[in-house]
Amino acid sequence: MSEHIDSVKTYALVFAALIAATVGTTAVAFVDLGPFSVVVALLIAVCKMLLVALFFMHVRHSTRLTRLVVLGGLLWLLILIALTMGDILTRNWVGVPGR
Amino acid sequence: MITAAVPERENYLNNAYGIKSWLLTRDHKRIGLLYLFTVTLFFFLGGAFATMIRIELLTPQGNFVSSETYNKLFTMHGVAMIFFFLIPAIPATLGNFFLPMMIGARDLAFPRINLLSWYLLVIGGLFSLFAMLAGGVDTGWTFYTPYSTTYSNSWVIATALGIFISGFSSILTGLNFIVTVHRMRAPGMTWMRMPLFVWSHYATALIQVLGTPVVAVTIILLFCERVFHIGIFDPTLGGDPVLFQHMFWFYSHPAVYIMILPAMGIVSELVSVFSRKPVFGYQFVAYASMAIAVLGFLVWGHHLFVSTQSVYAALVFSFLSYFVAIPSAIKVFNWTATLYKGSISFATPMLYAFGFIGLFTIGGLTGLFVAALGFDVHVTDTYFVVAHFHYIMVGGTIMAYLGGLHYWWPKITGRMYPEGWAKLSALIIFLGFNLTFFPQFILGYLGMPRRYHVYPDEFQVLHVLSTAGASVLAVGYLMPMIYFIWSLRYGKVASANPWGATGLEWQTPSPPPVHNFDVTPIVTHDAYDYSTVIGQEVEVG
Ligand code: HEM
Ligand SMILES: [Cu+2]
Repeated sequence: MSEHIDSVKTYALVFAALIAATVGTTAVAFVDLGPFSVVVALLIAVCKMLLVALFFMHVRHSTRLTRLVVLGGLLWLLILIALTMGDILTRNWVGVPGR
Repeated sequence: MITAAVPERENYLNNAYGIKSWLLTRDHKRIGLLYLFTVTLFFFLGGAFATMIRIELLTPQGNFVSSETYNKLFTMHGVAMIFFFLIPAIPATLGNFFLPMMIGARDLAFPRINLLSWYLLVIGGLFSLFAMLAGGVDTGWTFYTPYSTTYSNSWVIATALGIFISGFSSILTGLNFIVTVHRMRAPGMTWMRMPLFVWSHYATALIQVLGTPVVAVTIILLFCERVFHIGIFDPTLGGDPVLFQHMFWFYSHPAVYIMILPAMGIVSELVSVFSRKPVFGYQFVAYASMAIAVLGFLVWGHHLFVSTQSVYAALVFSFLSYFVAIPSAIKVFNWTATLYKGSISFATPMLYAFGFIGLFTIGGLTGLFVAALGFDVHVTDTYFVVAHFHYIMVGGTIMAYLGGLHYWWPKITGRMYPEGWAKLSALIIFLGFNLTFFPQFILGYLGMPRRYHVYPDEFQVLHVLSTAGASVLAVGYLMPMIYFIWSLRYGKVASANPWGATGLEWQTPSPPPVHNFDVTPIVTHDAYDYSTVIGQEVEVG
């Protein structure tokens, strides 16, 4: 295929960054941040996901249609999370007798 | 009679013989037939389970099978019918065969992946079937936690893994369709010239690709909880059982559109051909498919109205559910408008299309009933819901599937089916269907819960009617099996375009050559432009 391919050096750097992020996630797990533990872990995970998609999966050099497909997938994940949380976060708004 | 010594024209069926030429084929047409064979098997298997369910329900006492066996029966019925028949039924058979032909392509974009997806369905199906039979899975096709985790054996997980495997079959089929539609259209085949069958399969493919991975993830999470005791759905481990329902229905509501959209695609073709008019409001019907695909992802919470879902979420889901009805209604109205002043022929496929329109409308409207919060609290988990979805899935999808099979049978096999017998069986199916499922609306409304086999005496009359209808329906389904096979040898030889249809699949011999077209077609007209076939001889109708 005639697509642009990154240099080995770029790949190695991305790989190093991914490993570093993994170490980071593990390290953070030992620090008690309260509810923010999850937030930090997810943030790191999102960064890793972006690195993999953009570099390893070549989305950075892909056509607009391919990017649309990637964005569509993310949007659908967002739908799943948003509407599910819409239930979970509002479940206790109405008082339940005896609870 | 003088038999001419002309060698038979080469086509996809006679170009190679032997078991290997089938099991290793990459021809989308042959793979379509492999699927046809497979899903037919699962259909009759699921039908056998249904027969036992209906026999049990003849009497108010549970005296034919035990409660445990009854639970296993409806589970096996649901799993076989939904995951291994309805989901692949139309896209993987007729879609596989005709989507490439209708856009003037020589095959799907990824022929090997197409074959792989058939193997995945077979492996997943056999795996689930074995697990269900060996382990006695009794959770229902929905696998709700904690039935499927805390209160069950590990065969449940094995069954779900079979579904996981066959899910990839569905994803790969969808992927193949999307790429094919984007990349393989013949010259002149613009998006707005594509037959509506192709549009609806494109929309279906999007759902398959976007939705199925979620059910796969859900099954993996079940597995993790069962095997590694990671708390996801089990409250004692810190999980949330309702989360399972969210994730399951995020896939499974859109999945009902995987079952109905291809059926709608068939009906669009049939209504147009047999009234010899372009589909009224072509663009609306095309975009309605896309709208259904997208909106279908926003309504899953209507399955959770009584599952401790927040009332606020329930309100939103109920509201959104009414939106899906709009594109569905657009289609029904547009098909009806297509008939207006058409030159209507009542050939068998058209009878099925009529059956579809009526029964789908009843199924869809009762969907709106159960999407209303207050009404659903009354009828949820009753036979009303059972009747609702059987009107759509059996009255809708299977009707359209049979209509499509009859319509394309001459193209697939090169033979006509016997019209008289076919009309008779279409009639028997329609009557049998209504006799089976209409009483279930009343039963449910009166309070007969689903998934119970012991019931109060006053429900017996309606249950007996339903079982009687099921027997009629069974006869109706067996008849096409017999005359289709009969027609392979004795049916009238079909011409290239027996219906005078406009689709590209009819512009090539029946059965088609290996690469579909001897010369790549060049498209110069809209999909349903009957001026292109004026003067051509129509054999039937
Ligand atoms: C017009 C749009 C539709 C609406 C608004 C709708 C609404 C609903 C609702 C609210 C329920 C839940 C009822 C309950 O459990 O109390 C339901 C159940 C169901 N519907 Fe529909 N529906 C629609 C179309 C369809 C279609 C097209 C199919 C199939 C092809 C389908 C198949 C099912 C199935 C299988 C169930 C039962 C699931 C179970 O086992 O619990 N529905 N529907
Ligand atoms: Cu639904």
